[in-house]
Amino acid sequence: MSLLIGSTTIGLILAFLALGIFISFRIFEFPDITAEGSFTFGAATASALIVAGVNPVIAIMAAFIAGMIAGAATGIIHTRFNINPLLSGILVMTALYSVNLHIMGKSNIPLLNESTVFTWIERFSESVSGADSKTMVIGWEVATKDLWTLLFCFLAILIFCLALWWFFRTNLGTAMRATGDNAQMIRALGVNTKLLIIAGVALSNGFIALAGAMLAQYQGFADVQMGLGMMVWGLASVIIGEAIINDNSVGYIITGAVLGSVLFRLLVAIALRWGLNPNDLKIITALFVFIALILPGLMKKYKKLTFKRKQNAVN
Amino acid sequence: MLLIENIRKTFNAGTVNEVKALQGVSLRIDNGDFVCVLGTNGSGKSTMLNAVAGTFLVDEGTILLDGIDITKWGEHKRARYIGRVFQNPFSGTAPNMSIQENLALAVKRGKKRGLGWGLPRTLTQDFRKMVKPLQMGLEERLENPIGKLSGGQRQALTLLMATALKPNLLLLDEHTAALDPKTAAKVIDLTQKVISKDHLTTLMVTHSMQQAVNLGNRIIMMHHGKIAYDFKDDDKKRLKVNDLLTLFDELRQKDSIDPAVAVLLESYYI
Repeated sequence: MSLLIGSTTIGLILAFLALGIFISFRIFEFPDITAEGSFTFGAATASALIVAGVNPVIAIMAAFIAGMIAGAATGIIHTRFNINPLLSGILVMTALYSVNLHIMGKSNIPLLNESTVFTWIERFSESVSGADSKTMVIGWEVATKDLWTLLFCFLAILIFCLALWWFFRTNLGTAMRATGDNAQMIRALGVNTKLLIIAGVALSNGFIALAGAMLAQYQGFADVQMGLGMMVWGLASVIIGEAIINDNSVGYIITGAVLGSVLFRLLVAIALRWGLNPNDLKIITALFVFIALILPGLMKKYKKLTFKRKQNAVN
Repeated sequence: MLLIENIRKTFNAGTVNEVKALQGVSLRIDNGDFVCVLGTNGSGKSTMLNAVAGTFLVDEGTILLDGIDITKWGEHKRARYIGRVFQNPFSGTAPNMSIQENLALAVKRGKKRGLGWGLPRTLTQDFRKMVKPLQMGLEERLENPIGKLSGGQRQALTLLMATALKPNLLLLDEHTAALDPKTAAKVIDLTQKVISKDHLTTLMVTHSMQQAVNLGNRIIMMHHGKIAYDFKDDDKKRLKVNDLLTLFDELRQKDSIDPAVAVLLESYYI
């Protein structure tokens, strides 16, 4: 049970990553690999600040802004210098590796003895229900502080989801969605699409850095390698979410991304529990996304084939 | 009033693929004019329209719209004054967004887009009234994604969107070329209604000489990146499709003579 709760909590934290990927991939159709760098960038920024004694909430906000700067860099490289989106992302991601090492000063920053948002929650839990308190959840005994952590993560993602949902229904947000859907049309309606792409990729990477900052605090360390494979991870979450919730409207897709993230994390936890070699995790994630990407095409082909067969049968 | 002065545009300059698309076009369109632009393929008619719309910046010359020099303005900035309908029905609307969201984007053409709610209820009421005259039953489907509509419906909506805020200039780029004849006739009918209602200044590129003869008060014929003929008001009214065909033939004949003359002159002088 505590494994389940822990996985759900990480799933909710990584839902910020899924939201970021959703913005770049689904709203802007921008395959943004900056994510791999900005995830670590967020973690590094927040950890370095926390070690320096800064309030963890301010550290998280700083991470968000850091991610936005990284995203804006990718957006500017793409729009102002006409460089392919993927390559722009790779450039920034590579550059960020050095930046992250500089910020951290070494390849790993432990946060176990620092005060983070999660130690705050622990302390809060202790003051409310006492140290080492246990709560029964459908017949299982779990640490109360884990439940508080879960609740906190849930509220945090809820607030950001609502903010994002609201944003994408404002005039500016609607224009952003149109930019991804049909750039020519929205330019003809007076929108500077270049500016909106920069802003959108910045927003996306802000969310991704936020996820990195939260995860570093939750797991108690930041590592310069922690961003590796995060883009595919986020994409897997978004794809699962879309499969669960078959609806195109913004609200549903946002909900789907969060659900997808939690579900994917749970699946991974169960697989690891059943003895999956953790080293195989990335290849399985990659395979999963590959299959999810080709599946719709295969389904169409299959449907066409059966349709033809039926027609032939009629004739 | 649109004032184009001696604009030139060369694509892929200095390469084997060099195309001199516009070779000094000057044109003055008064307010309320409805101009049809004809021309052979590659004559530069669409290029001229795109030059006005700001799809690219011209190499030389100036473009003034109602006294404002827009020559160096980007496409999105010009959109404040210009409404456009494209040849491809897929170009003018966002397919994955609903009809009402598309219309909501259109009523903000060229205006600041802030954090206000994009689709207030009062607006959807207005949209119902806007699409009802189309008689396509769209008023009941405002929440459906536009991608599910037919090309003709999308073109009709694009036209509504381009003129939802009265533009100083309306640009129509062969906007019925991709439609079947019956649908095209409907869209042309709508075009005429919309333009005459607001006395819109319009520049319409078309392949159909019948359209050019029937519509508007002026016909411009382009050839090799220049304006070859320009007929206004009474002259335009007298024009028939046959006259236009004769003019096209004349232009073609000139083309076939020109290289021969060049060879002749070469043999004399070199």
